[in-house]
Amino acid sequence: MTDKKTTIVDATDQAAGNGLMSRRFFMNSALATTATLVTGQSALAQEGVGVGQEDWTLYPGDDTPEYGDVSQFEKGRVKKLVAPPAGGRTASSAGRTPLHMLHGTITPSGLHFEVSHHGVPAVDPDKHKVVIHGMVDRPLKWGVEDLENYSTVTRNYFMECSGNTRVNWAVPKPDQNFMYMTHGLVSGSEWTGVPLSTLLDEAGVSKGAKWIIAEGGDSGSLSRSIPIDKAMDDSMVALYQNGERIRPSQGYPMRILNPGFEGNTSVKWVRSLYVTDKPVMSRFETSKYTDKLHDGKSLQFSLEMDCKSVITRPTNAVELKKKGMYEITGLAWSGKGKITRVEVSADGGRTWADALVEGPVHSKMLTRFRIPWMWKGRPAVLQSRATDEHGQVQPSRKALLAARGKQAYYHYHAIHSWSVNARGKIRHVYA
Amino acid sequence: MRGGKSVMYMRKTFILACVLGFSQAAPAQEQKFGEKATQADIDKRFWSVFPDGENLPAGQGTAVAGAELFEDNCHACHTNPPGESSEFDPEDAADVLFGGHGTIGTDNALATIGSYWPHPTTVFNYVRRAMPYTAPMSLTNSEYYAITAYLLYKNEIIAENDVINKDTLPKVEMPNRDAFLNAYPEIPEKYRTK
Repeated sequence: MTDKKTTIVDATDQAAGNGLMSRRFFMNSALATTATLVTGQSALAQEGVGVGQEDWTLYPGDDTPEYGDVSQFEKGRVKKLVAPPAGGRTASSAGRTPLHMLHGTITPSGLHFEVSHHGVPAVDPDKHKVVIHGMVDRPLKWGVEDLENYSTVTRNYFMECSGNTRVNWAVPKPDQNFMYMTHGLVSGSEWTGVPLSTLLDEAGVSKGAKWIIAEGGDSGSLSRSIPIDKAMDDSMVALYQNGERIRPSQGYPMRILNPGFEGNTSVKWVRSLYVTDKPVMSRFETSKYTDKLHDGKSLQFSLEMDCKSVITRPTNAVELKKKGMYEITGLAWSGKGKITRVEVSADGGRTWADALVEGPVHSKMLTRFRIPWMWKGRPAVLQSRATDEHGQVQPSRKALLAARGKQAYYHYHAIHSWSVNARGKIRHVYA
Repeated sequence: MRGGKSVMYMRKTFILACVLGFSQAAPAQEQKFGEKATQADIDKRFWSVFPDGENLPAGQGTAVAGAELFEDNCHACHTNPPGESSEFDPEDAADVLFGGHGTIGTDNALATIGSYWPHPTTVFNYVRRAMPYTAPMSLTNSEYYAITAYLLYKNEIIAENDVINKDTLPKVEMPNRDAFLNAYPEIPEKYRTK
């Protein structure tokens, strides 16, 4: 694998300033890697009685557990939990995904971010039902086993709390808590469930219905108003996440999933869906999850998540120990659809190069991008800029603050910057 | 040779099922597994009350009665100031409920019921379903009306002896009621990035 660093790169492979190379480089390095693996295997053959072997080679391992866990050496790769203030208590339970430690696009279920405003309820699936009522021909109810009978859909979707990256609005000094505080409230999963439209059609939605009021079975009966066009489009009642029943913190035994919408609308432990012609104006769509603007106005029902990206490696969780060829990689996503382009800059946005966008690209799902970078030991500012299929381009921080001010709190989606100094130390900066 | 016959029979059945399957696929068969929901099924799960007063229950209260209930049930959490550490997200602390008037739109915005919430019914809707934090739904509707009245009184929106019930609550005018702009499906042009 170390062949990557010794691969000869032609000077004409330069794609943008400060060492960004053409993504074509990956095609060459893939061939080199294959060659290394083939020749490397013969070196593994051993003769003799195993002197110098590690214990795990010399002794049989443990029996397989009923439910697999990560390596004992990976126990540090966990969510960051919200710390309560000294002497105080939190009014919600939140855990942030360690994006800087992960790869690919699927977040392990146990590391999926979570915000539970009234704790995680232990819902007994045999006692849980969801009702659809209000402006319908037939009020109906379903238990988990009832829902299991339907044709299901399985799709990859990101979920993002609209408070993700909120520290970058107004906190004067760029947050250095790795990526937990800045981007730990977005994750990606494969979700399986019944299209909400199937259940609404069965109940028979009346003419004039415009909203669905979803309520959860947690101790705050969390509720949100969902536009009916969304509910009839791609919303689902999800039962499975990454192939297994969704976990308690994600809404066991059933949750609403509104792809591309702010996470809070995907009501967990859902038990009531009231079809009506007006929004309920719940706490979480008035007092919270509304975006305060510089002129005293606020945006309400800013439901779709914006086109956004962030570099997940390298970040301030690592340092560059020597000059050479590195891979810059990260994630891009848009609540409107598919990511079509990600550009990367190594000089703070003066010049940009197209990164490789790794397929298959799913609509409203995390998309991985990569680009090779030759670090020559000089200071750099690394940035990524995403574009989606609707032409939405991720803005600079300056442009976003100019449009909305610093108090919006929610829906921060500007370009994120990592500075690298001459010693290879990396910091989050505003640039 | 019974086993052999059985296999043959199963194969034939399987092929027949496939053929039937195709022919049935043409007129789409609706899947219907929902059971009729009774009013009791709905009432147990539906707690929403609306700005126009829909679904507000009977009962009533004033800020005088609400003051004592607030002291006993709410005060312990709703006095904590938010922490300073960047690891702590003020989003997750108990809300500051009073004050902040005139701060929205400044760099020191303090969003309270009085300075920010656009609808009076949201107070009753939220407090009844979710509070007290450790014992939600543990009070009577009249007690929840009284706490709602106290929160509105402390924010200088109603008088101490004003009676709050299903008829009066929707008529209360919140100071920040005109500040909210609909952003679905598109946010207003003015606030988009250039």
